[in-house]
Amino acid sequence: MTFKTCLRPILSATAISILALPALSEEIWVTNEKDDTISVIDVATLEVTRTIPTGERPRGITFSKDYSRVYICASDSDTVQVMDPETGKILHDLPSGEDPEQFVLHPNDRHLYIANEDDAVTTVVDTETRKVIAQINVGIEPEGMAVSPDGKIAITTSETTNMAHWIDTETRELFANTLVDSRPRHAEFAAGGSELWVSSEIGGTVTVFDVETQAEKGKIRFEVKGVHPDRVQPVGFEFTEDEKTVFIALGPSNHVAVVNAETLEVEKYILVGRRVWHMDFNTDKSLLFTTNGVSGDVTVIDVAKREPLKSIKVGRFPWGAALRP
Amino acid sequence: MSIRRRLWARALTALMIAATPALAIDIPVVYLKQVRDAPPVLSNLDPLPEDLGLAGAEVGLADNKTTGGFMGHNYTLEMAVVPVGDDIAKAAEEALARSPFLILDVQGADVTAIADLPAAQSALLFNAADPSPALRGEDCRTNVFHTLPSLTMRADALMQFIRFKKWDKLALIEGTHAGDLAWSKAMTDSATKFGLKIRKSKTWAFDADMRRNAAQEVPLFTQELGDYDLLLVADELNDFARYIPMNTWLPRPVAGSEGLVPTTWSRVVEQWGAAQLQSRFHEHAARDMRPQDYAAWAAIRTVGEAVTRTGGNDPKALRDYILSENFELAAFKGRPLSFRTWNGQMRQPIPLVTQTALVAQAPLPGYLHQRTELDTLGTDQPESTCKAFQ
Repeated sequence: MTFKTCLRPILSATAISILALPALSEEIWVTNEKDDTISVIDVATLEVTRTIPTGERPRGITFSKDYSRVYICASDSDTVQVMDPETGKILHDLPSGEDPEQFVLHPNDRHLYIANEDDAVTTVVDTETRKVIAQINVGIEPEGMAVSPDGKIAITTSETTNMAHWIDTETRELFANTLVDSRPRHAEFAAGGSELWVSSEIGGTVTVFDVETQAEKGKIRFEVKGVHPDRVQPVGFEFTEDEKTVFIALGPSNHVAVVNAETLEVEKYILVGRRVWHMDFNTDKSLLFTTNGVSGDVTVIDVAKREPLKSIKVGRFPWGAALRP
Repeated sequence: MSIRRRLWARALTALMIAATPALAIDIPVVYLKQVRDAPPVLSNLDPLPEDLGLAGAEVGLADNKTTGGFMGHNYTLEMAVVPVGDDIAKAAEEALARSPFLILDVQGADVTAIADLPAAQSALLFNAADPSPALRGEDCRTNVFHTLPSLTMRADALMQFIRFKKWDKLALIEGTHAGDLAWSKAMTDSATKFGLKIRKSKTWAFDADMRRNAAQEVPLFTQELGDYDLLLVADELNDFARYIPMNTWLPRPVAGSEGLVPTTWSRVVEQWGAAQLQSRFHEHAARDMRPQDYAAWAAIRTVGEAVTRTGGNDPKALRDYILSENFELAAFKGRPLSFRTWNGQMRQPIPLVTQTALVAQAPLPGYLHQRTELDTLGTDQPESTCKAFQ
């Protein structure tokens, strides 16, 4: 998920503590936008083991630091649901503003920054008091969300305004707005928090910003053989453990690009299912799971070999993916 | 979210504008409409909304203002309505004195009359209401962009689908209004272009009220069409076409103005983030977004996108940018939209829809083009009769 970068140090700590527990198998949780469910994939068997009902149109999904709760953007229910991942029961709803699409959990494990797609606002919710603590006006159709590893900066990208909005998490005010190519979809901090990466779906690019100056320092373009450039539409992306490689979903081109995060060169295109959206790794990052919206399945990619391993049928229009170690 | 909270949000946005240190520029846009008499139609089910087109421009304005708020660009929209029969050129002149950006909700010769005004020579005009091929062909003007697709583009979209389905035998019923005949001609020409043939056509000239006796009249009327796979209907006023499906002599599907309709925009378009635009529109206008609304929205968004990317409001510089390879408009149709450099027509996919669902979106797979597949829809550069852009 979006906040992976900032959770990385914590993740490895969690991984260690999990080793001490009785063998629990890892799972990938996938939200099915048009089925109002979550499909749970067992990483060991690569099969769906459970299907859990959610609110309407689930999209963004993320776990709390200790994995005791899972947060789900139920977009058409206008709420963020908090679920017990053990039982699959909804514990309570969080006020989220209208049409929450995507969110990111602050490193403090407490504040959720939520993009309200229909409302041109970013809502900050305290998951403990269950209260909205701020609403920040951003551009039209906010979607991509990221928080810097040090927790000082939150980013919202707005699809129709075509900007990355830089939010000071202390004052909860915008301190910069940078133009990107058309329809920015996803944002991630990289290189220890010194870079911000933003994908532009219609622009067909991924822009890399220097966080210090908010200046553009690089741009990735894609060229998939046999696919018209208009259909190469970068959406979600994830970095490998060493941050040297990034996997970028290219939407209706049905490919995932493997990009060298230092040279920004595309090294390979991997064929996956139709209209690939988002993705997440398993714990040791040897496997990558991509959600393919139109074909209703998840492609499992062998990260070392950079090859697709298997397709797993999930619900209708799978959107978000999150690891539960 | 409550309206109050929304207003509060707007007020905050206004505050942010004041705080933005960018170069402040003004972008006034005028929506110029000539009111036209609408001929009566049989059914009362679908009245034409009074704010048709304008409501789309208003939603586009709100989109522009949000971006503008972050950049110090001040967008405004004014509506100028000219009553039936009044002098549109005079109204256009007055509008041009206030703004070089006009969205035109006028027809045919009035478009060219406005474009030829001395005051319009340095202006950017957007035709958002007239789909006629002539305005994109021999009557084209360098200061006019077309955000509404031409009849040719819509007809080509339908014929691509018909070829794809191998429904090779076609029949046609056309109405008697000028719009019906133009649409009928567009479909006939497009059928020829795609190697299809309309075997038989008939004119709908009934003056009975078909709400009561369509079931009796239509079977007999269509019996004379012989055998066909698909029945095309040209009825752009939405007068009689709705009574044709299920009443034909042979059990055959209907397309054109009813049944399967190639359209600029429809409420059933929900992919590619379109649901967001639909819901913004609904919230604003309390009705579904229609083709003319979409064209007006696209016009004002085109101005906005060009201003955002160039950082200026000079019409000439904006025109150059809009016609350049760098221009791309994200417009909820699944791929970036751009403008044809040979006639100012906005390239766009055409949804093929029924009342309740999207059936397909043209260009259909397999229709290839050296530049972009979008140019398989409508008149391509080599065939264009537009000389002004050369």
